[in-house]
Amino acid sequence: MTAYIIRRILYAIPILLGVNILTFVLFFVVNSPDDMARMNLGAKRVSPEAVENWKRERGYDLPLLYNQSATGTGQFTDTIFFQKSLKLFRFDFGSSDSGRDIGYDISQRMWPSLAIALPVLMVGLLLNITFALLIAFFRATYIDFWGVVLCVVMMSISGLFYIIGGQYLISKLMHLVPISGYDTGLGSIKFLILPVIVGVIGGIGAGTRWYRTLFLEEINKDYVRTARAKGLSETRVLFRHVLKNAMIPILTGVVVVLPLLFMGSLITESFFGIPGLGSYTIDAINRQDFAIVRAMVFLGSVLYILGLIMTDISYTIVDPRVRLS
Amino acid sequence: MISQLVILWTDALVFLLMLVAILFGIYASRKMHLRRPWRQVVRSRVGMGTLVVLGFYLAIALLDSIHFRPVLEDSAGGNGTTQSAEVISLFDELVSGLRKRQEKTYSAPLAVQLYAKENIELPDGSVMRDYPRLRYGGAHLENPESEWSSDILKLSGFGILKGLLVSFITANILIMLLAVRKSRSYGDEARSILKGHSEIPWRVTFLVLACMLVLVFWSAELSSKYHLLGTDKVGEDVFYQALKSIRTGLLIGTLTTLVMLPAAILLGIMAGYFRGWVDDVIQYTYTTLNSIPGVLLIAAAILMLQIYMSNHADEFNSLVERADLRLLFLCVILGVTSWTGLCRLLRGEALKLREMDYVQAATAFGVSHLQIITRHILPNVLHIVLIAVVLDFSGLVLAEAVLSYVNIGVDPTMNSWGNMINSARLEMAREPIVWWSLAAAMIFMFTLVLSANLLSDVVRDAFDPRLRSNR
Repeated sequence: MTAYIIRRILYAIPILLGVNILTFVLFFVVNSPDDMARMNLGAKRVSPEAVENWKRERGYDLPLLYNQSATGTGQFTDTIFFQKSLKLFRFDFGSSDSGRDIGYDISQRMWPSLAIALPVLMVGLLLNITFALLIAFFRATYIDFWGVVLCVVMMSISGLFYIIGGQYLISKLMHLVPISGYDTGLGSIKFLILPVIVGVIGGIGAGTRWYRTLFLEEINKDYVRTARAKGLSETRVLFRHVLKNAMIPILTGVVVVLPLLFMGSLITESFFGIPGLGSYTIDAINRQDFAIVRAMVFLGSVLYILGLIMTDISYTIVDPRVRLS
Repeated sequence: MISQLVILWTDALVFLLMLVAILFGIYASRKMHLRRPWRQVVRSRVGMGTLVVLGFYLAIALLDSIHFRPVLEDSAGGNGTTQSAEVISLFDELVSGLRKRQEKTYSAPLAVQLYAKENIELPDGSVMRDYPRLRYGGAHLENPESEWSSDILKLSGFGILKGLLVSFITANILIMLLAVRKSRSYGDEARSILKGHSEIPWRVTFLVLACMLVLVFWSAELSSKYHLLGTDKVGEDVFYQALKSIRTGLLIGTLTTLVMLPAAILLGIMAGYFRGWVDDVIQYTYTTLNSIPGVLLIAAAILMLQIYMSNHADEFNSLVERADLRLLFLCVILGVTSWTGLCRLLRGEALKLREMDYVQAATAFGVSHLQIITRHILPNVLHIVLIAVVLDFSGLVLAEAVLSYVNIGVDPTMNSWGNMINSARLEMAREPIVWWSLAAAMIFMFTLVLSANLLSDVVRDAFDPRLRSNR
């Protein structure tokens, strides 16, 4: 098991290196640091000194890949690729273009993100499984048909509408919770309720429909027929046999997104003014702060690969038929 | 002097896509294994209903994809004419009333007055604070308070009547054609359709068609005199904006697929068929791309495009061309982030297919790799490609709205539902609230996405043999 995990982690390194090279090409080769400086400084006619200044302050004045003026290993380490891209492997994110420490910001901002994403995932999972089981119980009846229709209708509504509608209905008309904002500690709960509700409702359509297919796939299998033939009641069949077996794809589907919960949701956080990583990214995009976007791209890939590894491991735990190879 | 045709990049691709679709249709109609699922789609009630709705959307998008510079009558010169600098589409020309009748600022749907009070100078010189009348909306009414409701009713009734008449005529012509084709009498054919006995669910089709036509004529009638869905901040007709956004939405949904398809098909099949190091390289490529969160990759790429555009501003002749190029680029980037799923599916399928007896036999006979792939592998994965294309569509339309909200979507000057929602979002705080922009974008988007979702279910059921056996 340990050897397997180590091998999986070693596999991840070339992929992360690929991500790194890709972002490097995108951020430094497609447009030179000079272009970025000019864009950031605004005006079209910027003096070369101002551009140089901007680059020096942020460490973009180094050569891209190979530094001829340096000596020894400095020829490779005193380059943008090493300083800005390779250092990400040590989770050394450096400072943003506006001078703040990105690593510190991330460590502060990931908790509010998690405070929304985790309840949304948990409550959503519970509700979706309940609804899907209910629909599967009434399969091939009108309840099944209209349940699926309702799911498709809910899937077809843009997530933006749920947020705007929720804010208008619950905060503006009924004055139950504040429209947006955030607080520390327990005071944050009243700010978190609405985003969580909206997040759960927005996910019900797609989630329920997907779980229903999983349940129906299991229901058509032989062991279920055997269970019925033994004379088990329908509810017992559903809960003891179908639910248990369908949980394998459901749980592994959840495991893969677990690490990404830290990244938060871009839209929800910016609508509700939650100071999480999602709104951090959006702000960075709007301010055109490339250092932050670069750091988030790397962090996102690391978390995604972590999710994949965790999924593979969890498969081997819940399903003994899967062998490590 | 005739108007000068302008072919934007996306226009060319739209028509290329139509050509590909038609060619595929001809190809599919000759192959039994592709014709049969399509027949199943056409025979399902949901399938036909959604196809009609999508047909209306497609028609508007296609009309909106023929751009030209209109001829301006030169008032000063007298006899000379000049080309306008503005690029408009055939659709703009058709609804030029909607496009040109701009108010000053917000007005509610079907309103005759502006949304906010203003100082109005009365004929006798005194100033009064009141809601000013609109320049165009309901301008034909002398006394709005008493005439408004009856006028609306009259226009609605007239529009609905027209729609019913047109749909009645269309349905009759179609029934007649069907009767001639099956060499039955008109009465027999009509009776079997009305009873719902026909093979293709024509009854539902006619019903949906009638609904759509009534809606079209009703809205046309009302918007000839009013602003059917109100006006936005700068006084532009919201109904017009929503209609223009159809092209953007459809383009994002379809062009993205067109961009990603060649890469996904080629690499997926190659990885599965050749295995070995080819497989390793391709798998590595898509795992790397896939591991970057899609939104962030799009954000990074769009940021880079913005820098490029601001540094090379003189390369673009007009705002329309600039917005168009950005739209195309967005499609490419969305394609880059979304081809991996299809590629993986195709790889798996190709892995399975290469072990099939007929492929082994072909290999033994010394048939070249290229021929095996085009003759034996490609035709057998086409259904997967088709399902993926249809399934992706609705997600892409929804993604556009979200991306535009984050400012990494289409150009802010372009009409799109995302931009409409984005600008309307700020108006929710007003009292009374300005809801019509938001509602219009939501309704149009919802109809499109719902139809696409329903259709994709039907298509998947028809093409996926594994699911078919379950029913």
